[in-house]
Amino acid sequence: MQALRGLAVLLLLQAAGEGITRALGLPFPGPVVGLLLLLPALNLPALRAPVAAAANLLLSHLSLLFVPVGVGVIVHLKVLSEYAGRLALVIAISTWAGIAATAWVTQALMRRAQAAEGGRPEAPRNHGDADGAGTP
Amino acid sequence: MTDVVQLWTYLASSPLFGLTATVTTYVLAHALHERLGRAPWSNPVMLSVIVLGTLLLATGTPYPVYFAGAQFVHVLLGPAVVALGWPLWQRRAELRRRALPLAAGALVGGGVASGVAVGAGWALGLPTPILLSLAPKSVTAPVAVGIAERLSGVPALAAAFTLLTGIVGASSAKYLLDGMGVRDWAVRGFALGTASHGIGAARALSVHPDAGAYAAVGLGLQVLFASFLIPMVAALFR
Repeated sequence: MQALRGLAVLLLLQAAGEGITRALGLPFPGPVVGLLLLLPALNLPALRAPVAAAANLLLSHLSLLFVPVGVGVIVHLKVLSEYAGRLALVIAISTWAGIAATAWVTQALMRRAQAAEGGRPEAPRNHGDADGAGTP
Repeated sequence: MTDVVQLWTYLASSPLFGLTATVTTYVLAHALHERLGRAPWSNPVMLSVIVLGTLLLATGTPYPVYFAGAQFVHVLLGPAVVALGWPLWQRRAELRRRALPLAAGALVGGGVASGVAVGAGWALGLPTPILLSLAPKSVTAPVAVGIAERLSGVPALAAAFTLLTGIVGASSAKYLLDGMGVRDWAVRGFALGTASHGIGAARALSVHPDAGAYAAVGLGLQVLFASFLIPMVAALFR
């Protein structure tokens, strides 16, 4: 019941987000605005346990939710296969470049900020397991 | 024999088909993924898309017929994106303190992903509508489609590029980040969410809660930055 109540909250916030983006003509999808609305909403303690239950349920199998849209790729197989080699190369290289650049900049700035705070290291909680199989 | 054919025709045209096929395939793909020690290259979204795509093509089932059932899974994507606010809220103090490194990382990382895609595509001689559809590929699909539309790219292709970007990131980021010596869960997750949006975030969430939360931040910042900046930068090239 807790999770169902939380789902109702999430759906209401998504609907509010859709309403706001339409009314104001914002270039954001409704659910993203709903996410931003959820943050202040969680100041109400009564919402926390239901939202936590629903979030854990939905987020533990987030991958499943991308499958229906993903299968839609078959509709574009013709164009995709026409440029298959080049597209594969471009998508792979640009994704890796994006990951590397983000990690590099974020890590460097976080370390600098930490050093500026007086070198107080944050609790070590971030080391990969022995073989690293569980790291993203 | 005709009974079997009739039964198949009936089942394949009812919404039950798409829903059952999606959930069953995902459960099997996920079991295989677990069995392989959750190796990134055995990404369950990728495996499910390959199996279901092959099934639809082999049986000549049109995508809309499949989606009539699969949409019941698809609609949950909306509340799931809202739910990404929960891990963020739990870490709100830490995130506020790190606002600057995160914003800078999102700007540079998103810019590099988009710039390299368009630049490399242009160098390889891909046609302009395809280049314009590649530009928003690191942004979550519904936003990428909107951006591609405004750039006069091909929205449907943008959705496909976004999906492939998500799968590439989710299935290979680990090796790249290991190679770079990046060990902080926050940074690893953030990089994955920034470059590979929701599919990257799903992978990050399945690995570590901190990585998942930071991936959600990365996804969210890409939406905010990309929907303003990509159309602005594109306008400079007109």
